[in-house]
Amino acid sequence: MSAAFVREQTLPPRAAPFAATGAKAWVMQRLFATPRDIAMTVIGFAAFVLIAMPLIRFLFLDAVWRGENRDACAHVLTGACWPFVAAKFNQFIYGFYPLDQLWRPNIVFALGAVLLVPLAIPSAPLKRLNALLFFVVYPVVSFVLLTGGNLNPEHFILGYVIRLEDHVDFVWHGMRAAFWLDYAFSSLALSLAVALIGRVFGTPISTALKVMVGFFALLALLIAPTDADFGLSWVETREWGGLLVTLVVAVTGIVAALPIGILLALGRRSEMRLVRWASVAFIEFWRGVPLITVLFFATYMLPLFLPGGANIERLVRALIGVALFSGAYMAEVVRGGLAAVPKGQYESAAALGLGYWQTMLLIILPQALTNVIPGIVNNFIGLFKDTTLVQIVAILDLLGQIRSAFSDPNWASPTTLYTGFAFAGAIYFAFCFAMSRYSLFLERRAGASQLRMETNRT
Amino acid sequence: MSDLASVQGASAVEMSGVNKWFGSFHVLRDIDLTVKRGERIVICGPSGSGKSTLIRCINRLEEHQEGRIIVDGVELTSDLRSIDAIRADVGMVFQQFNLFPHLTILENCTLAQIWVRRRPKAQAEEIAMKYLTRVRIPEQANKYPAQLSGGQQQRVAIARALCMNPKIMLFDEPTSALDPEMIKEVLDTIRGLAEDGMTMLIVTHEMSFARQVADRIIFMDEGQIIEINRPEEFFAHPKHERTKRFLSQILD
Repeated sequence: MSAAFVREQTLPPRAAPFAATGAKAWVMQRLFATPRDIAMTVIGFAAFVLIAMPLIRFLFLDAVWRGENRDACAHVLTGACWPFVAAKFNQFIYGFYPLDQLWRPNIVFALGAVLLVPLAIPSAPLKRLNALLFFVVYPVVSFVLLTGGNLNPEHFILGYVIRLEDHVDFVWHGMRAAFWLDYAFSSLALSLAVALIGRVFGTPISTALKVMVGFFALLALLIAPTDADFGLSWVETREWGGLLVTLVVAVTGIVAALPIGILLALGRRSEMRLVRWASVAFIEFWRGVPLITVLFFATYMLPLFLPGGANIERLVRALIGVALFSGAYMAEVVRGGLAAVPKGQYESAAALGLGYWQTMLLIILPQALTNVIPGIVNNFIGLFKDTTLVQIVAILDLLGQIRSAFSDPNWASPTTLYTGFAFAGAIYFAFCFAMSRYSLFLERRAGASQLRMETNRT
Repeated sequence: MSDLASVQGASAVEMSGVNKWFGSFHVLRDIDLTVKRGERIVICGPSGSGKSTLIRCINRLEEHQEGRIIVDGVELTSDLRSIDAIRADVGMVFQQFNLFPHLTILENCTLAQIWVRRRPKAQAEEIAMKYLTRVRIPEQANKYPAQLSGGQQQRVAIARALCMNPKIMLFDEPTSALDPEMIKEVLDTIRGLAEDGMTMLIVTHEMSFARQVADRIIFMDEGQIIEINRPEEFFAHPKHERTKRFLSQILD
């Protein structure tokens, strides 16, 4: 044995021993590598043929494509009756929205897509403006377009005490001076009151006033368009239906769920006992009640409890129910994300002098929310499908609208039912699958930055 | 301890009769300690002796239950605003670095400047680059923490604390989570700070570093300060029996 070995040259890298490229290698490796793989491939292919072939026959090969009424489909037993969907298409998408006003929901759909797509693409510019437009401007515009706006609210706060409308009857573009005077005086009085209370707790009056007046000014900017008269006819929500309602309920629920969920999750981890208990009680209440019960309650029982005259739209009541319900579920997902952020992050934020909200918004939540993207999107998908429960309170969403069309004797055919459900399934699948894929994309993106983020552990 | 009022102006930290419990465990017992401005204190002792808890009480990451702690002339009470003000003036470096993983190195250094010190972004970045240059990693400014080695991350953590222009720096075992070849670069950075006259309290097991840098060395055991001594005395003629045993274990 020699006393020592010293390597004098670095070995050159060698090619990997097994190089497999090309379609044939792929097929051999993935499908026919071992006898067991061959068996699995054959079984899988057989299953595919058994399930997929009838489906393809039903949807395409045996399907009826043209026709004016049930006569076209009456004789077909194994194919879809597509003329039924074509004839009812407007109903499925818009419900009974007035036909000459369909441009309004169309603009809402188009605007939503135009704003959502760049928001979803991480590299698209002007994210802040985009988010502002989508989350603040878009809901107001959609509301005005879909309902017609021109709400003419009677009173704000003061108006319940003094009947201003008896003295002021000036109206400008549908906005009544009586209401806006009421609004101005009431909000000033409220701001002053809050500022005075805040002073007791040491907040300077000028700061509190600035914040409160700013808040009411912004709120006025949101209310004003709904009060103004743009010459649009009023369309009651009773006339809405189909995909329009499905999307209104789902998007409202989704957009409201995240902020509600974040606040509840933070509340549940708060050191203030009252806040913590209130959050726990709220979350557990909504999680303990089925959505159907919530919708029933909101629709039929809530009016009994509200003071007389307070008549909130049926759809709005359902929307509030859905938002609170999904917010409670979201809270638990966010809580999981918060728990996964290491204690050291809180400590180093505190050591730098950051306050509670700064720590949460700048340090903790960005990490916590990326941790739970799959859970969040999972909730969104669940919510999207749950929206169909609004049928229970006689609001016709996509599925409800389709089912109501089954009873049309004009289209009674052996496969009308299946065709309708296939159409509903395809639309639900398109939306949920898109969300699922987008979540995967976000996860992979977050995963890539997670690699950057993993701190070196020793 | 000497008369509180007379030393208040001159001392950076004043602790008198400080006691703290974790549940029923008495973790700090009757701590009396005055740290003068510009003084460099090294705290050592076996694990579980309360040395980390001691310095974490100074920026109130831990709350003491008895006694008084006065930092830069302000007494630590449960008044939240005074706590945030003190925290902004007391820099801290942790064993696990605790950089913000979702922010770049530069953003790590500018965040608190912008949100706590209310500096404009450009100025904050300028200051951040100044301190990143000082800890000798300006070229890493646009990377994320996980792309850096442990020693580099810890130097960023030091720069992040310095960006707030702290009056006092607390180091909680800054080299304990580092690979041996990275310890020196971090200690050199801290040594540079010491030479500039920064008031520092350092919890560490690096004894030769302590000997070079410290004005006074504090030895703690079982939540008590056992011995406070000048470094040359501390190593050459430790007074307390417990100190001798500790030194013989750690220095062989």
